[in-house]
Amino acid sequence: MKVFLMYKDKDFDLHVRLPSNSETLIQDLRLNILFDTMAKNDDFLREVSKVVLLSSLTKVDDIFYRQEALKDCLKNIDLVRGMYAISLESFEVERKTFFGFFSKYPIGMLDSSIRAMKILIELLKKLRKMALDNSNGFHSSAFKNFFDRIKDELTDEYFAEVESHLKKLEFRNGLLISAQLGEGNKGKNYVLRGQNDEKKRWLSKIFSKKDEAYTFKIDERDQNGAKALSNLKERGINSVANALSQSVEHMMNFFKNLRTELAFYLAAVNLYEELKNAGKPLSFPIALPHNERTLHFEQLYDPSLALKGNVVANSLNVNEKNLFIITGANRGGKTTFLRSIGIAFLMMQAGLFVTASAFSSNIFKKFFTHYRREEDRAMESGKLDEELKRMNAIVNNITSDSLVLFNESFSSTSELEGSEIAKEIVLALKKKNVEMFFVTHMYTFARNMYEEGSPDTFFLVAERLENGDRTFKIKEGIPSQTSYGVDIYKKIFNESSSHYSNVNN
Amino acid sequence: MFYSLLFKDKKDKGRKKLEDVEFFRDLNLDQMITSLTSLKKEHNLNEFFYVFPSSVEETKYRQDISRDLENEEVFHSVREFSMKMQRARKYQNYANKLVYKYQKERWFVDSARVYVEAVNTLKMDLSSLKINSEGFKEFKRYLNEYVNSEAFKDLASQVSSILDELSAIEYTIFIKENTIKVQKYKGEKDYAEEVLKTFERFKQTNVKDYNVEFDEFMEMNHVEAKILDLVAKLYSHEFSELDLFYVKYASYMDKTIVRFEREVQFYISYLEYVKPLKESGLKFCYPEFTTSKQVYASEAFDVVLAKKMQNEGSTIICNDFHLNKKERILVVTGPNQGGKTTFARMIGQIHYLGRMGYPVPAKKARLMFFDKILSHFEREERAENLRGKLEDDLIRIKKILDAATSSSIVLMNEIFSSTTLDDALFLTKKVVERIIESDSLAVLVTFLYEISSMNDKVVSMVSTVSQENPEIRTYKIVRMPSNGLSYAISLARKYGLTYDQLMERIDV
Repeated sequence: MKVFLMYKDKDFDLHVRLPSNSETLIQDLRLNILFDTMAKNDDFLREVSKVVLLSSLTKVDDIFYRQEALKDCLKNIDLVRGMYAISLESFEVERKTFFGFFSKYPIGMLDSSIRAMKILIELLKKLRKMALDNSNGFHSSAFKNFFDRIKDELTDEYFAEVESHLKKLEFRNGLLISAQLGEGNKGKNYVLRGQNDEKKRWLSKIFSKKDEAYTFKIDERDQNGAKALSNLKERGINSVANALSQSVEHMMNFFKNLRTELAFYLAAVNLYEELKNAGKPLSFPIALPHNERTLHFEQLYDPSLALKGNVVANSLNVNEKNLFIITGANRGGKTTFLRSIGIAFLMMQAGLFVTASAFSSNIFKKFFTHYRREEDRAMESGKLDEELKRMNAIVNNITSDSLVLFNESFSSTSELEGSEIAKEIVLALKKKNVEMFFVTHMYTFARNMYEEGSPDTFFLVAERLENGDRTFKIKEGIPSQTSYGVDIYKKIFNESSSHYSNVNN
Repeated sequence: MFYSLLFKDKKDKGRKKLEDVEFFRDLNLDQMITSLTSLKKEHNLNEFFYVFPSSVEETKYRQDISRDLENEEVFHSVREFSMKMQRARKYQNYANKLVYKYQKERWFVDSARVYVEAVNTLKMDLSSLKINSEGFKEFKRYLNEYVNSEAFKDLASQVSSILDELSAIEYTIFIKENTIKVQKYKGEKDYAEEVLKTFERFKQTNVKDYNVEFDEFMEMNHVEAKILDLVAKLYSHEFSELDLFYVKYASYMDKTIVRFEREVQFYISYLEYVKPLKESGLKFCYPEFTTSKQVYASEAFDVVLAKKMQNEGSTIICNDFHLNKKERILVVTGPNQGGKTTFARMIGQIHYLGRMGYPVPAKKARLMFFDKILSHFEREERAENLRGKLEDDLIRIKKILDAATSSSIVLMNEIFSSTTLDDALFLTKKVVERIIESDSLAVLVTFLYEISSMNDKVVSMVSTVSQENPEIRTYKIVRMPSNGLSYAISLARKYGLTYDQLMERIDV
């Protein structure tokens, strides 16, 4: 009985090790806003959303599997919430039965696991009824198979078998335990044995004369003897107490997995509803294998801004590009654009819809961001060192077909040196099939890359109109020398900007 | 005839215990020895570290044995052997201490079983493994004879027949209220398996093991003893054999085997100590020896510091050194905290370790076969007054200089640092002259730059700092400083971020 609602062949692991740069991704892409929207104040939903978004799927089929399941959830949200409620009930078992509390005594453990098992069986019966009544509205293989498993495996006969075991485990007729001689002739391998029923025992007594047996009795007043005897019983029961406790845990894990996997879909629905209500376009992306290089999107926007107001949307349609160099006006929407790209990929590879009216692209194996850190501007001397240290950490983990988003990287030294460093890094990564978006002010670097004339490099600029106004749109365009900081300066200081016109080389 | 894994000849050719072991502390060798011996307390290894092999041949005898042990299969099998021997001794102790008859007797057979297994396995392993050292070959010969002896064969066959019979016994106890019934086992089914089968369909990934660990005492309680007595009644033949064995084989361990097992710890403890360092990529080698002073080592390091750094998650920096024909004294200067003291320790350590027959922490080395290591390291301890301290220092230094011969290694670290500059310069020059007179090999760590160019017997070594950022120590001690690249690019190089480095680093 597996849940398998998030992967077709494995459980979702909430405690999976996240990429070492997760916190950096959260910071640079402002993922917290996204998590909050998915969570709707539920900490567990938030935790699940975070793990799912950061542990990206790396197979096209897996992405499709989740997309289909999510579509089912969007259509049947009430039933999904009902199943989620049942899964939550299983968390009461520990409190009600003391199951799972550490005990040195198998007899106590056996007792609490019998009680736990009785409650869990009732929950399973409920879940089964729900599955029998409502499964018609589901079409994804994830949910269809899940319901089939419940119907096939949780039959009436099965419930009867379980209940008969629970009765036998009360041991009204004494315990039969087998053992062998271990080192030092101490008893070992104590195993609880099933007792043959009454009739057979009579028969064997009559026919086997050589049934040699020795019996002794422990005196009522012999306290140490009584202790030794109960120790023997505990040893005998040990394996069966373990077996039943493990079974209870398995069953609780089933409910735990069910809760976790449903939580993801509930969180996804939360985000979907929020963005729909804000009137933003959403679509399920088309994911392509990671060795292809295709990037096509329309009306792509940054959800973290969209949830707070108006945003600019961008479109792009290119093939066989590995490096995107983005230059142009300060505060011209470059960072937002970079973020919308990063978030779209994380969402796509979590199996979610994306924040665009259309999106299709190859997927990536890993994601990295390398942003200039504004906060430690003060200590300029150690700054380049710090930037390179972070780059070094990225290189330690990078593989081909990864995506790196650079934002003003290596600009903490002179432009000449920074450009040289950036160029070497970018060229090497490009050679290793790493895809990059690089927002930069370093004209020398951008120009160098332009002059290389490599067909897999694509140049984008933050659009600026004739009159100096910024549209916050990112368009195809070759690197230009000034970065419009002067414009902003002039605007703030109320001077005419007409004679600071754009100088394109 | 096999005698010892540590000494080539039985005859003691003036082998004697080291007296002046001041250098143990200065070189932090005392810490290493404590690490090596503390895990092998029952073998009492300490005395081995105070006796030098008497000749280059004897050191090589050890090197060869150590090389054999560096073969992982040999090492593994010897270590397994040793662990079994320790277990056999432990079981013998139980047999001596415990009370119930069938329990005592059984521990004794169990002890013999472990011993027989240990010896047999080692013999089998050694016969198929490639060994090259004289020491191991001699031992192997001895071991083969022993295993083929009547006494051992008899022991082995008795042990196995008794234990086969005992382990075939399976009985049941039926408990109802206060009554216990003991019978032979008649094939009743395992009930836990049936329960598991029922719930198998719910199997998710990992679950806890809910089996309770019972406290296992060597002792038995009287109920267990009573059950054992009844089992003995059910199986009377098996238990009478056990009685017989206990009387007949009262002392069965062979003395030479026991000695081998103790001495091999000398190698095992060190090889285990350096293993994590090797795995982290640091190099070890067996040095060659010279009577001249043309010594060298490449990629050498302070093994004790390397251990400490590894525990803290960092890696030590390796250094090279060499002395040409006329050169005698390495004078180490440069900024503080730059690894100068470590460098001096390292040279002392590799000489000591090399002499003991151990692989030394270096990629390649030629060392002097010295007679003494004489060291004087500045200590933290506070003297009553400076004058008194200088006096004490000079007394110790004079003792060293008087004892030094042309085969000695002299290590001096920051001597005279608490006196005036003029005095320090004067005194240090005198010390250098005396060392040159005695023709010893010396390392002198000092803050006096003038000394490093005193004459052609002196080699200047300098601890270096990063070209870009003088705050950063490189821990490289070099004959000549190097420089080159501009700040930013060399910083990029430092982090492995140049084009060429990246092409190397990233796998496709």
